[in-house]
Amino acid sequence: MSITVKDVEHVANLARLDLSAEEKEQFTGQLNAILKYAEKLGELDTSDVEPTSHVLPLANVMREDEARPSWPIEKVLANAPDEEDGQFKVPAVLE
Amino acid sequence: MSMNKYETVVGLEVHVELHTNSKIFCGCSTSFGAPPNTHTCPVCLGHPGVLPVLNRQAVEYAMKAAMAINCEIADWCKFDRKNYFYPDSPKAYQISQYDQPIGRNGWIDIEVNGVAKRIGITRLHLEEDAGKLTHVEGGYASLVDFNRVGTPLLEIVSEPDIRSPEEAKAYLEKLKAIMQYCDVSDVKMEQGSLRCDANISLRPYGQKEFGTRAELKNMNSFRGVQRGLEYEQMRQADVLESGGAVVQETRRWDESQGKTFSMRGKEEAHDYRYFPDPDLVRVHIDEEWKARVRASIPELPDARQARYIQEYGLSSYDAGVLTASMKLADFFEDSLRYTSDAKASANWIMGELLAYLNANNLEFEDVKITGQGLGEMIQLIEKGTISTKIAKTVFKGMVETGKSPQQIVEEQGLVQISDEGAILAIVDAVIAANPQSVEDFRGGKDKAIGFLVGQIMKETKGKANPGLVNKLLMERLKG
Repeated sequence: MSITVKDVEHVANLARLDLSAEEKEQFTGQLNAILKYAEKLGELDTSDVEPTSHVLPLANVMREDEARPSWPIEKVLANAPDEEDGQFKVPAVLE
Repeated sequence: MSMNKYETVVGLEVHVELHTNSKIFCGCSTSFGAPPNTHTCPVCLGHPGVLPVLNRQAVEYAMKAAMAINCEIADWCKFDRKNYFYPDSPKAYQISQYDQPIGRNGWIDIEVNGVAKRIGITRLHLEEDAGKLTHVEGGYASLVDFNRVGTPLLEIVSEPDIRSPEEAKAYLEKLKAIMQYCDVSDVKMEQGSLRCDANISLRPYGQKEFGTRAELKNMNSFRGVQRGLEYEQMRQADVLESGGAVVQETRRWDESQGKTFSMRGKEEAHDYRYFPDPDLVRVHIDEEWKARVRASIPELPDARQARYIQEYGLSSYDAGVLTASMKLADFFEDSLRYTSDAKASANWIMGELLAYLNANNLEFEDVKITGQGLGEMIQLIEKGTISTKIAKTVFKGMVETGKSPQQIVEEQGLVQISDEGAILAIVDAVIAANPQSVEDFRGGKDKAIGFLVGQIMKETKGKANPGLVNKLLMERLKG
């Protein structure tokens, strides 16, 4: 499997990244190198290995349904790019 | 427009907010109506380095709901990240379940115009809700309230088994009732704890393949769902009839205009790049856990309806209406602890109560009448203390004030007059005042008796025992 400039453009679009032509070339090469490195794993025989979704041998880590105090509003909004009436203010979203 | 040529195919995607105390992955409260962003913390705000921890109750509610709609329950499941950019999601992904939902392959039974039908459920999965956006006047900015972010949410996807807007509404009503019976959600469409999107397409009768579908959003009531689908099936039929092709797109239902509008000019294929959330470990649901949750499921609407038909001899329709709302069904059963006349109780609910609610645009939860009140009122009728006619006044009083029937009867002096002497005096007075009607009756016009009875009831403000009035009046007229 190899990555083309088109794939890079698609992923960049999904990530809302605006890449220059040089960057696209550069990332295409880098991504291919990464994938090639990962392809090494294909050399292993995994036919007897169960697929997993997690590296830790843990299950059912859960908490009881108890409400706890939330953060004070000043702290909540401390990282907001802009705020109004206790809310995060963002560029207009039109659907 | 020739609707009859085309078969409508609908699949519904329903979201149900679970009424846990705290959010699905953090301890923030889920209560409704708090000032914006005061129920948030680093976890639900998606700050770097935080760790979500799954709420056990949310999983149990999801299991319970999945079992109640006859799903197979997964032995193992996991959570995945669904990636998208939108300001209602602070993390730029939603934690959801992709290929290992909690429930699969379920069904619910519906009935439309007396015809029973089984609608398949593809899947039920657990996910987190998003925040709420409001748009500033003038349209230059949007405001985000993250209180709702992280509220546990069920997504329930039906098979494309629904064939009409009426079936869609019936499916939704049944699903709502089941969730209400299971006590996992408030299921209020007005408050957004029950939300519904629909996929709808048309195909010529006999064609196997589905037509191109439109996805319908923003239907905020049961009626809205039905109307939106009715409009859309008409619109698509028009497009097909004029030789055009239906475009696959998302359309927004506009309640006030009664129309659907295309939401996006260009339909971008969704690419959510799901992958397992590395912050959350897998969930193992063993047989013991399943059995324990299964044991907590109460008698569901269909079973209760069947029992009402069998035990109380109610019609299927009446039993269906009574059991569509658990609170109404509980109210009906409460009344039966005070009267053995189940049919009378059902009739008062189906007639007087529902008419009152409809006329005043109210829900049953909004009125004060108790089952005990209704049962005791039926007793008062049986004992002859009040007439059925007077009972309507008493009933309205109970609905509006919640007072006992005895108290209303006393306060308003509504006790039925069953004293023969008292009634006879009024009968004589009415006969004397209406010689023409008496003449008419004796001349063979039976209708004239109705007028005379009406006059007597008027004189007694409706309190005279009707049986006695009839008997005494006939005696006097024939005597």
